[in-house]
Amino acid sequence: MSIKKHVKLGLSALALSVSLNSVAAEDPIKVGILHSLSGTMAISESTLKDTMLMLIEKQNAEGGILGRQLEPVVVDPASNWPLFAEKARELLAKEKVDVIFGNWTSVSRKSVLPVVEELNGLLFYPVQYEGEESSENVFYTGAAPNQQAIPAVDYLMNEIGVERWVLAGTDYVYPRTTNKILETYLKDAGVSADDIMINYTPFGHSNWQSIVSDIKKFGSTGKKTAVVSTINGDANVPFYRELANQGIDAADIPVVAFSVGEQELSGIDTGPLVGHLAAWNYFMSVDSDANYDFIDAWVEHTGKEDAVTNDPMEAHYIGFNMYVEAVKKAGTTDVEAVKDAIIGVAVPNLTGGYATMMPNHHITKPVLIGEIQDNGQFSVVWETPSTVAGDAWSDFLPGSKDLISDWRKPMKCGNFNVVTGSCGGKAEVASN
Amino acid sequence: MGITGSLSRLLLVCLLLWPAMATAQVDDPEAQQLLTALAESSFAEKKDVVNRIAGSGDERARTWLEAFAANKLARIESTGQFVIVLSNRGRNWDVESATTGESLGEVSRRDIDTIRVNNSLRSELESILSVIDLKSPDEDSRLTAARALRGNVDDGLADQLPDLIEAETASDVQLALTEALAIYRVEEQGDKSAVAVLSGSLNSEARAALQNAVRSDDPALAAAANKALESIEQKLKFNRAAETLYFGLSLGSVLVLAAIGLAITFGVMGVINMAHGELIMLGAYTTWGMQQLLPGQPGLALILSIPAGFLVAALAGIAIERTVIQHLKGRPLETLLATFGVSLILQQLVRTVISPLNRTVITPDWMSGSVMINEALSLTLNRMYVIGFALVVFAGLMLIMRKTRLGLEVRAVTQNRAMARSMGIKATKVDILTFGLGSGVAGLAGVALSQITNVGPNLGQNYIIDSFMVVVFGGVGNLWGTLLAGLSLGTINQLLEPWAGAVLAKILVLVFIILFIQKRPRGLFPQKGRAAEG
Repeated sequence: MSIKKHVKLGLSALALSVSLNSVAAEDPIKVGILHSLSGTMAISESTLKDTMLMLIEKQNAEGGILGRQLEPVVVDPASNWPLFAEKARELLAKEKVDVIFGNWTSVSRKSVLPVVEELNGLLFYPVQYEGEESSENVFYTGAAPNQQAIPAVDYLMNEIGVERWVLAGTDYVYPRTTNKILETYLKDAGVSADDIMINYTPFGHSNWQSIVSDIKKFGSTGKKTAVVSTINGDANVPFYRELANQGIDAADIPVVAFSVGEQELSGIDTGPLVGHLAAWNYFMSVDSDANYDFIDAWVEHTGKEDAVTNDPMEAHYIGFNMYVEAVKKAGTTDVEAVKDAIIGVAVPNLTGGYATMMPNHHITKPVLIGEIQDNGQFSVVWETPSTVAGDAWSDFLPGSKDLISDWRKPMKCGNFNVVTGSCGGKAEVASN
Repeated sequence: MGITGSLSRLLLVCLLLWPAMATAQVDDPEAQQLLTALAESSFAEKKDVVNRIAGSGDERARTWLEAFAANKLARIESTGQFVIVLSNRGRNWDVESATTGESLGEVSRRDIDTIRVNNSLRSELESILSVIDLKSPDEDSRLTAARALRGNVDDGLADQLPDLIEAETASDVQLALTEALAIYRVEEQGDKSAVAVLSGSLNSEARAALQNAVRSDDPALAAAANKALESIEQKLKFNRAAETLYFGLSLGSVLVLAAIGLAITFGVMGVINMAHGELIMLGAYTTWGMQQLLPGQPGLALILSIPAGFLVAALAGIAIERTVIQHLKGRPLETLLATFGVSLILQQLVRTVISPLNRTVITPDWMSGSVMINEALSLTLNRMYVIGFALVVFAGLMLIMRKTRLGLEVRAVTQNRAMARSMGIKATKVDILTFGLGSGVAGLAGVALSQITNVGPNLGQNYIIDSFMVVVFGGVGNLWGTLLAGLSLGTINQLLEPWAGAVLAKILVLVFIILFIQKRPRGLFPQKGRAAEG
């Protein structure tokens, strides 16, 4: 045996021991968490960071994915939209994360989008949004307008008999696009322009007196009136307080909100608000074992008996489990492989059913309408008979009704125009 | 509601009102059967079941219906037992048996199936319960019941109403019942004579009935309704003007409160303090802290927060003055930057130490709701207290500045620092006290704002621009100017808002101020004399 061979043997023995070691400590799967921990959005986003940490902890306790542990990488984009893009770049280029869970506002998502596409990352976005977007690299686990706004309006129109509509929102892209969709939808259903009142207020608006009084006036014509509210963030607290103070009862003028969940209600006395509505795909009060287990885990994780869960948390729960399944199915964390594997993956949601990832990177969700209770929870009064698949391009906007999105091969197109038969039929998208 | 509904409602009235007739408890199997029917039927079917329960004559029926309306009637999944939920917070709920009233202790939320109720059932239940209340000996509950009945009268009740009105002794209850009957007659029977009863009414149900009548096929009825509506519109116009004025004053008083502390530190001392908003925030957090210290007594905590908020903000203000501002005397740009830094530090400090989430500050009962002047005009109580508080704070400050030694020294130091010092006034001490006073008043503003807006780390940011705006518009160094400027800007804003929308109204106010400052750079009430030139 030559010396060369000895060396070779020795080296291979060394390599073996190294590789044996590294089976136990193989590179962890890095999960980037891109949620604001300071600034205005911290109120909503910091809970999502904790949710992700809890899910990762649980997955690690079960042995990780493919025998690899998960490692959370938390960054703070500080509610600063351009900083979101920088932090996303840091996560993908420097930290080399395998996947990102993050963002809340649409404007922050729009700022991250080019970075994620350029560096070919994966982003799971957990919040209801205005639609009109489909990216190869983004998975939208929150509701599109047809999974929240449209069913809610249907409920009010058909079950409650509402004839007059107030569309009240905060002045930015999500409410404006949603209200544009709803306005077209209502007019198509035969509602006259006189019976629609649209009102926008700035972020953090706190003086609601005259607007609430206007709503009261608008609702006193003898026709059943409802308010469809896309008011965002903490402006809701003074809004509801003013409703209660001016004695607007849910039986007279119900308010259905798309941005008010358990978290927002935990800041107010809900006694006077009983009966006002919200449309979501999940409520903490949903009666299912999966949900009760999730609440138990969350209470244990936060250490607070009164900790609440909400819809975007469920979206992260679904998104995370879908990612886990997709990686298992693909056998690797390679972005291209995961992108292909995840379409069609179905995981349990928290309402007792299943959520499936559709080819347009949106998921199927049940739509629930809940009435506010005096304990700050919602009681479900109506739900869609089956789950609804998210529609990236609304059927009620002129530019986008001909578009579809399908990221499966061979189409692989986010905005395929079915009329012209070509990919890249640019829709007129509300800009921000 | 159909005739069966009305009949059973009548039956219910008879049975529930004379307990002697209805002491017989329904056999438990029957109770169980009624409740099961309620639990297992759809919302549409539940209406019938509710009427069956109401008509069953069971003495527990009222308890069940009230619990059901409050979403607190439930069934234990494992045993099938019906319970009334006593406390529905957290993961374990306190329950008692619906049939025997015996306490069952805490049951896991997993095991409880709440019997769901919705808005339309709830108003159905409300009108059933208010029919019962109409015969209550208590005048207030009769009045509430009578008012709730407007727009909710059905055939069965309409036949009874004339007798009830006859028998009624209190005039407001009588009036409400008469209106309720008239609304029914206009809506259901197209009765022209009933229109006259409604002609002066400001009630929204009455107005709705008239508006529907205007659209009716009967031209005589439509004409009468139209005439009645016109007279109502006249009254409404006046009420709406009064309401807008009230809204304006209340927004104005918020602006005055936020700005008046700044009127002292910026107006009188000439210090540009960008951390003023955060001093307001500290006052609001003090209120929250007080309520945490005194759980269950939000009112007392709020009153104690007035001195506490003043002290906390004043001490914080003095600390800022000693550590930052005094070293930058006469360098406004550096002061601006440094205090801006202080404001960011304070915000992040609150985020890190307390929480990034907004804190709940409870509004005591005596501050919630509104005072009804008439049916079209009610003034919200929390705003009314804020208006009053702003005026008291203003009067207090005026007293301090005009009548006390401190006020005299402050005025002396600001007019001519060197001269005042040579007269033996300790200028540094006066600086500290003045800044402390201005900051303390910002703390008071925070206590008041905690009642009408969100208490969170960003609270101060929302008010700093408005505060500077008010002080500059009113005339730097003039407290009266601040008061007038605050109230008038608030009123202008509220006048514009219904017409232009909240976003545009704010822009228009800013444009107005820019133009105004061009014309009168020293604000509404410019300071006169040599001090103003310095």
